[in-house]
Amino acid sequence: MRTLRFLLQKEFRQIFRNKSLLPLIFFMPVVQLLVLPLAADYEVKNIHITIVDRDHSTYSQKLVSKIGASGYFRLTDYTMGFDEAFKDMEDDRSDLILEIPPGFERNLVRENQQSLFIAVNAINGVKANLGGAYLNRIIADYNKDICLEWIQTSKFNPSPSIEVTQSNWFNPSMNYRFYMVPGILALLVTMIGAYLCSLNIVREKEVGTIEQINVTPVQKYQFLLGKLIPFWVIGMAIFTIGLFGIAWPVYGIVPAGNLLLLYGYLSVYLVGILGLGLLISTYADTQQQAMSVAFFFMMIFILMSGLFTPIDSMPRWAYIIARSSPVTYFIEVMRMIVLKGNSFEHIWRHFLIMAGFAVCLNGWAIVNYRKTN
Amino acid sequence: MNEIVIQTDKLTKRFGDFIAANEITFDVYKGEIFGFLGANGAGKTTVMRMLCGLSKPSSGAATIAGFDIYRQTEAIKKNIGYMSQKFSLYEDLTVMENIHFFGGIYGLSGRQLKEKGEALITRLGMRNETKKMVSSLPLGWKQKLAFSVAILHDPKIVFLDEPTGGVDPITRRQFWDLIYDAVERGITAFVTTHYMDEAEYCNRISMMVDGEIKALDTPANLKKQYSADSMDEVFYGLARKAKRNL
Amino acid sequence: MKSSIPDSRFWAFVRKEFLHVFRDRKTLLMLFGVPVVCVTLFGFALTNEIRNAKIVVCDYANDDASRQIIGKLAASREFQLQNPLLDYNQIETAFKQGDIKMAVVFPANFNRDLLHLNEAQIQLITDASDPNTATALSGYATNIIMDYQQELIQLQGLPYTINTEMRMVYNPELKSVVNFVPGVISLILLLVCVLMTSVSIVKEKESGTMEVLLVSPFSPFGVIVSKAVPYLALSLINLTVILLLSIFVLGMPVNGSFLLLYAVSTLFIITALSLGLLISNITTSQQAAMLVSLMGMLVPSILFTGFMFPLENMPYVLQLFANIVPAKWYYIIVKSVMIKGLGFEAIWKETLVLLGMTILLLVVNIRKFKIRLE
Repeated sequence: MRTLRFLLQKEFRQIFRNKSLLPLIFFMPVVQLLVLPLAADYEVKNIHITIVDRDHSTYSQKLVSKIGASGYFRLTDYTMGFDEAFKDMEDDRSDLILEIPPGFERNLVRENQQSLFIAVNAINGVKANLGGAYLNRIIADYNKDICLEWIQTSKFNPSPSIEVTQSNWFNPSMNYRFYMVPGILALLVTMIGAYLCSLNIVREKEVGTIEQINVTPVQKYQFLLGKLIPFWVIGMAIFTIGLFGIAWPVYGIVPAGNLLLLYGYLSVYLVGILGLGLLISTYADTQQQAMSVAFFFMMIFILMSGLFTPIDSMPRWAYIIARSSPVTYFIEVMRMIVLKGNSFEHIWRHFLIMAGFAVCLNGWAIVNYRKTN
Repeated sequence: MNEIVIQTDKLTKRFGDFIAANEITFDVYKGEIFGFLGANGAGKTTVMRMLCGLSKPSSGAATIAGFDIYRQTEAIKKNIGYMSQKFSLYEDLTVMENIHFFGGIYGLSGRQLKEKGEALITRLGMRNETKKMVSSLPLGWKQKLAFSVAILHDPKIVFLDEPTGGVDPITRRQFWDLIYDAVERGITAFVTTHYMDEAEYCNRISMMVDGEIKALDTPANLKKQYSADSMDEVFYGLARKAKRNL
Repeated sequence: MKSSIPDSRFWAFVRKEFLHVFRDRKTLLMLFGVPVVCVTLFGFALTNEIRNAKIVVCDYANDDASRQIIGKLAASREFQLQNPLLDYNQIETAFKQGDIKMAVVFPANFNRDLLHLNEAQIQLITDASDPNTATALSGYATNIIMDYQQELIQLQGLPYTINTEMRMVYNPELKSVVNFVPGVISLILLLVCVLMTSVSIVKEKESGTMEVLLVSPFSPFGVIVSKAVPYLALSLINLTVILLLSIFVLGMPVNGSFLLLYAVSTLFIITALSLGLLISNITTSQQAAMLVSLMGMLVPSILFTGFMFPLENMPYVLQLFANIVPAKWYYIIVKSVMIKGLGFEAIWKETLVLLGMTILLLVVNIRKFKIRLE
């Protein structure tokens, strides 16, 4: 225990003395938490539409104003020619083109039937899908209005209609930041923990001081604990600053669940993710290598964590990879405790899995760390 | 008969096909300064790393301070000090913090740390530097400090891997005074070097060529044996036969 | 100042850099593993579409209409229907315990209301702790319900029908990979050029070999250029790998000119290399260079390129900020050339912006470099 105390004292001294790294460790997350949630908003809104109206009738005008009033679309352009409209799409100024053919009103009345042409910029598939669906819904609505206008006089026969009501639980205002901020906080803690931890040990390898430690009676587990604990503390500190310093006052995110439970999970998680950092450092000889390997895994873990795209939509193999990453579980638990207010009985399985990760990764790191070669 | 503190028997280290150290056999007695000489790449550092428990031998046997180098590496580590050619103190800690750290992990008590630390500072005349970062010290001071820290816990043996590389002659002289001091206190010194004038300071020296020990005796006997005036000549005589790296 | 016309010394330096890179397998993992994994993940695993989302129904009606709608929900590939709930109060537990994302509640007498009152209600309850998925799910469900309603109306045969004819331009199959590949290309190039370059130069500073190179008779600019050449080459190889993968594995052809694509990419690579150089100029340790590259360069690029998060959703200040991110301009160019198949006349503005940035960065670098040499 005394040895560990000396190791810890040394690590903390070195970390707090590093004037170029320390501000980065604490300043970067704060900036990121302030900027990222503002920027990382992939909600589909602001769909731009160009309308080519070649009819210029009362009916076409009505349709155009109905689209404008719907709130889903922003009218980029209102033109006569399709080529102009297509130029808008090429320049990314417009996502949808609606073409109202000449004689739209006349044909509708005389022939009871008329087609509209819609072109969708489908590079962003989700936006295209939703934009198309919204436009279709507006047109169907508009269609119903017209029907009623004509039929009303003859006979009272409204069509059957189903009203869909929607309630959004756990986040009734559908505030996007409630979702992103805890997730981003989780990612920041993960990245800083794993990177710093792995780089720190490899740095001692590069400088050569690790040799000096290896000839002393310091045990493997003592040395690794001496590296793990300081970054565990830093991870806790960053999380606390992020949660109480930013998420709460700036975004109004108050954890719905038990704080003790949240911190309990965080502490297990940090042990796991730092274990990953330790493991990487036992394999790498240079900081560049450690960074490359850490980046490689972090990238996969973060992209597949479920924060950016839903895990359920992934194909089977990808789903398995996502489920083998500690980051996925932490992001899930963050959402569960902070937003849904889950209690221990709902997430005990998550605890068990994370404890498993922590034991495996750290165990592997201890086995693989060699004082001799 | 002197007490033997290092005993090796056919100690060998292979890296694939390359034999870095081949059947090294020698004894080192308590309280002597044992010089371990050889050209760059002759295998000095490999042998020293095996003796310190940093590297596992491929075959052969050795005991350090009575402990087996295969099974009792941790016990060995309590009884040795080590200072490597790669600089081994923490540059971003102060002089005093380094002393406390290394003393601490060797299990010195708070009082011992204080006393020994004071004594060390006085001996080195570094009273005004205790709060300075090691990175700000001149190289010679760093090396004297590193040596003093390596023997802070009074080990039985101290291993010095090219300890005086890159420092001026005066500082080297002072460094050797420190080694003599330590030896008087009963510590055995095992030194690798390629400064031949330093070889003269040793009680006994061994010459390594191509991973094997080619000569082992006192400096005086070696000069007589090779009918040379200086250790330089002895060394050139032996090293000329080397096949590796020449 | 000596000219930096390539000579034998120059190539000796370049060779040394290549050796550094290729000797180190773990770094190679970064250089070539990352692009391959990125394309695979974005191509197959990461999709913004919703598939197999777990939903439950709570059917108090249990009549023809509700069963028909449930059947439609079950048949869609977006949803994966779990065991129905008997009680409304079970919904919260279902949300908390499992990964249920939405509940569809049919009130009692659903069909009767629909037939006789011509009006009935369905309640969708979403787990809005993930608002994006919630919106998408309720959107899909509403569409399915509306379809059903439409069928009912058509049975009645109403006049004056407006049909719509929809065409998906550029990406008829609505693959999300079309959106991602240009983004991945710009990210990988940035990663290799900025991160790897800055770290490798700072490493030489740390170990002192930079001094050695700078006192050699070779001109200091030559030293820097020789550091940059291997990464330029590696980046072009990487670009080729990504393009080959997207063509042959993802089935995503390059619609525009390859020559144009490579030309503009080279320009972007030079921009990124100058950025890496700048970072290596202002930092002194590998760890700091890494943090600045990752946090200060890579993260903003992911954010402000527009391929993951739409720029138009951002606050105005951030939209303005996005303009100084080189990757944003490059992303527009790649999208135009690769997917829309447009020519130079469509991208000259963006190219000019990139060119301007590069020149500015190089000037700043040369200034900084001179100061350090004095």
